[in-house]
Amino acid sequence: MSEAGAWAGFAWGLRRDLKLSARSSAEVLVVLGFFLIVATLFPLSVGPDPRILHRIGAGIIWVCAALACLLSLHRMFTLDYVDGSLEQMLLGHMPFPSIVAGKIGAHWLTTGCPLIVCAPLVGVQFGLSFGEIGVLLVTLLLGTPVLSLIGGIMAALTLGLRGGGALLALLLLPLYIPLLVFGVGAVEAYAAGLGMEGHLSVLGAELILALVGSPLATAAAVRTAID
Amino acid sequence: MPASTDIAAQGLSARAVGCERGGRALFESIDLAVSPGAALFLVGPNGSGKTTLLRALAGLTEPAAGEVRWNGRDAALRSAVWRMQLTYAGHKPGHKDELSVAENLELACDLDGGQVGAAERAQALQRVGLARRAALQVKRLSQGQKQRLTLARLSLSRRKLWLLDEPTAALDSDARVLLGDILRAHLARGGVALVATHDRIDLPAGQTAELRLGGA
Repeated sequence: MSEAGAWAGFAWGLRRDLKLSARSSAEVLVVLGFFLIVATLFPLSVGPDPRILHRIGAGIIWVCAALACLLSLHRMFTLDYVDGSLEQMLLGHMPFPSIVAGKIGAHWLTTGCPLIVCAPLVGVQFGLSFGEIGVLLVTLLLGTPVLSLIGGIMAALTLGLRGGGALLALLLLPLYIPLLVFGVGAVEAYAAGLGMEGHLSVLGAELILALVGSPLATAAAVRTAID
Repeated sequence: MPASTDIAAQGLSARAVGCERGGRALFESIDLAVSPGAALFLVGPNGSGKTTLLRALAGLTEPAAGEVRWNGRDAALRSAVWRMQLTYAGHKPGHKDELSVAENLELACDLDGGQVGAAERAQALQRVGLARRAALQVKRLSQGQKQRLTLARLSLSRRKLWLLDEPTAALDSDARVLLGDILRAHLARGGVALVATHDRIDLPAGQTAELRLGGA
């Protein structure tokens, strides 16, 4: 019996976690609802001045996306850790990092993807123009996978710790700063009529870096947590 | 001990294995040798390190000291080659509550990599008495039925080394007989089994040995 390929592990992890998410779809909807409600609180509390709302819109949407991702990260490993599934995955015939990559992919499909779909709706609330919403969607498309990828590492590092949730927020949110800066920066550059390629390139570079590094780092952290 | 230098050429052997938990040595210098077709029962009081020894052999925990050999060669406990030799069934079965019995078994078989078909899986469920509950979510099962699902997984595994931690827990007498049957079939295929248990499992004489951990 030889070790299966990385793609087999990725597909297995992805399919498994998507199936589990489908069974507990309430959790997916709660995260989406959180995103929508928090983003809606700002226009209500800041007031209806369109200039202020337009100014803060992209930033609010990015912060809400980051918080929604944080809220859903415990799903990625905690239950599998508690019920012993992670041990069985470690001993499976597929490479463990590839299974982890599949799980991270499933997390993005059930968290980042729905956020992107809803973001235009929220953008309209803040009076963002059609073009600005388009740029915002591109930055979210590049950036939300990084939220899940970096989030996976930190979720694995805090696995099994008491009070891991608060610690996760403390460790993770600072790492989201570059994403927020360049994600929002691209929208503002577009609004100011400047080139946004630089911002998008940085986001793309972060995505590539996270794609390469995160599954391996996450798998190593999970292994340590199980020991 | 002179016996410890006599390492069996076939099967599993370990020499001077020591493990610690939380900075305290659980056991030191465990020697064991199990040849193909034989089972070793790990017995001992609670906290004597049965689970830790099994986890160390499974590569889930790093042993503090010692050497493990498989068929005469050093078993790199964290390598892909090693983990594909073994099946580990611990206290935490790794079933997903939200998925059905059949779905759980399919996922487990995929991980095992034994190319088991749907018909064989249905047969295994039939054998452990879960055929009529195949479509039921695992969270609706009793503790014993969950353990029976683990038995179904074991009966389909063709890996050579089985590391079983308290497999009889929550099983009724029928299921214990079944576990015995499944273990016998495994040993008959030339497999090796290490079983941590407080109960006797009925296996043919001459194929079993006992290793006592902790206390005296």
